[in-house]
Amino acid sequence: MDALLSVRNLSVTFDVAKPGAWPWTPPRKLHAVSEVSFDLKPGECLGIVGESGSGKSTLARAIVGTIPSSGGNIFFEGADLANMDTRERRVHRRDVQMIFQDPLAALNPRMTVGEIIAEPLITHEPNTPRAEVKKRVGVLMERVGLLPNLINRYPHEFSGGQCQRIGIARALILKPKLIICDEPVSALDVSVQAQVINLLMELQRDMGLSMIFIAHDLSVVKHISDRTLVLYLGRVMELANSRKLTTLPEHPYTQALIASVPIPDPVLERARPRPVLEGELPSPLSPPSGCVFRTRCPKAQASCADARPVLEDIGSDHLVACPFHEAEHVLAVGS
Amino acid sequence: MSLLEIEDLKVTFTTADGDVNAVNGVSFHIDKGETLAIVGESGSGKSQTAFATMGLLARNGRATGKARFDGQDLLQMSQREFNAIRSKDIAMIFQDPMTSLNPYLKVSDQMAEVLMLHKGIGKSQAVSESAQMLDAVRIPDARARITMYPHEFSGGMRQRIMIAMSLLCQPRLLIADEPTTALDVTVQAQIMQLLGDIRQDFGTAVILITHDLGVVAGFCDRTLVMYGGQVMEEGSTDDIFATPAHPYTSGLLRAVPRLDREMGELMTIAGEPPDMSNLPTGCPFSPRCAVSLDHCRNQRPAMETTGNRRRACHLPASEVV
Repeated sequence: MDALLSVRNLSVTFDVAKPGAWPWTPPRKLHAVSEVSFDLKPGECLGIVGESGSGKSTLARAIVGTIPSSGGNIFFEGADLANMDTRERRVHRRDVQMIFQDPLAALNPRMTVGEIIAEPLITHEPNTPRAEVKKRVGVLMERVGLLPNLINRYPHEFSGGQCQRIGIARALILKPKLIICDEPVSALDVSVQAQVINLLMELQRDMGLSMIFIAHDLSVVKHISDRTLVLYLGRVMELANSRKLTTLPEHPYTQALIASVPIPDPVLERARPRPVLEGELPSPLSPPSGCVFRTRCPKAQASCADARPVLEDIGSDHLVACPFHEAEHVLAVGS
Repeated sequence: MSLLEIEDLKVTFTTADGDVNAVNGVSFHIDKGETLAIVGESGSGKSQTAFATMGLLARNGRATGKARFDGQDLLQMSQREFNAIRSKDIAMIFQDPMTSLNPYLKVSDQMAEVLMLHKGIGKSQAVSESAQMLDAVRIPDARARITMYPHEFSGGMRQRIMIAMSLLCQPRLLIADEPTTALDVTVQAQIMQLLGDIRQDFGTAVILITHDLGVVAGFCDRTLVMYGGQVMEEGSTDDIFATPAHPYTSGLLRAVPRLDREMGELMTIAGEPPDMSNLPTGCPFSPRCAVSLDHCRNQRPAMETTGNRRRACHLPASEVV
């Protein structure tokens, strides 16, 4: 088995009560993630993009195990995390760590930085001597670019970028095999974003980490990840090498997404054709039949309503869920 | 004559921890039908510049300087005089459309209010004009949906309502404060296209306040870069992007990953955004500047103008990479 993580037909369903319904009325099912499959190789970075409501955070949480999945498998080093009881799962938790979007909200305001970073270590290796814990925290703080003498400060004394570094240190202290980053830079200022992106890429390379990088910003995802997965309403639309996906996307949704991303170059930007996608994400409570994207798709045909398109491999590890896929240069590629 | 002319604007907030200078001597102008971008990070003073211009500063804030709109100084106006102009001649749209619409009022009521106040027309006519405007910003089935409450709309639709509301009196100047930051990219593209159409159809001048350089590139004629409450540089958008003349602008441009390019390692700007209550006496960017000179920290660089570009930096423009 060469993949570190193999997700197979993973679904996550939430029960939603109808507003104003009787308490005994059976709740409606909201399919936040629906039959998602992908592999992640050791040392690889997989980007996940999608609009809000596409299920990217839910997918991340299901893999980490903070939300129960309702179907499918999550094989991590061959063991199925999705169908495991909590005790068995605890053994694997240390290998999969997470970094969150809001850097300040993710840190306990009543704990010092040292306590926050040390907590996973103390939980999973309770017998580690105090001095050893302190030493490891200090080394890691230095590694993520924090001065070790700040160890007794509280989170509110730090800026957003520094808080994110604390979150990264906390995720790394157990030397995990897989890091899941859920929008780690979207709450940061542009000038600080680059610092955190560089740090994550450097750590990933040096520590041989596998990474799942979730963001709504396609430019950031393309920069950091080897392959990119495009989600729409909880379903995989396209999965391919990041460079290929952005230069020659096959799925109409990916093409529309790329066309919407502004490029910071006035000459190129004004010259770009701009087929703006009409409408907004449909309600996940009543998704369209067949292909979920068909209601906004410029290439939709009558047959799209009939059956859910299969995610087919069109060669060189490029997966597309659209029978009418066609490669298209959406970007006017700069010099 | 320019439509709006800001001269040496200063905004100071009195707080328990002393005065905070959010805006420190900002000057710029915008002409009829023009689009101007004000770019900056959090703490750059871009939003407070707009709030001061609109007379919307928080209670502990004071604005000094001049803000001439059509020859009248907005900063000297009483609330009463301001109310006659706001939303009629100058309108503003905000970042978060949910918190800027009144959740207790139907969309029809909040929109009609604007027209009844400024144009003195009756309610039914005001509502029907409002519905037309919702139609113009492409809200499907506007006539029926105008009686709904804000929470019944999605984020993108709410922003369209805000835009429609700001356009009711056909203002000559629209200030858009991060209008698409809270929205998804596909919706952002829709909203920016809408703003572009409006600008063409109504000839409205637009000040776009944003941190997103991509949005600026596609939309604005001129760009003003702010940092620490001061103007770093200004010029036509093409020039600013092609040959940035300030280390901050060039750093910002190289710190964002681009979809159309392979970037290798991103260039970073060291340090954190400025602490506004504790700015250096010299250039506010000097503590983070990679090419700062000895006197940058103590001596505030003068604004130098060449042609239609301005910059405030001690380093000669030719040496900015």
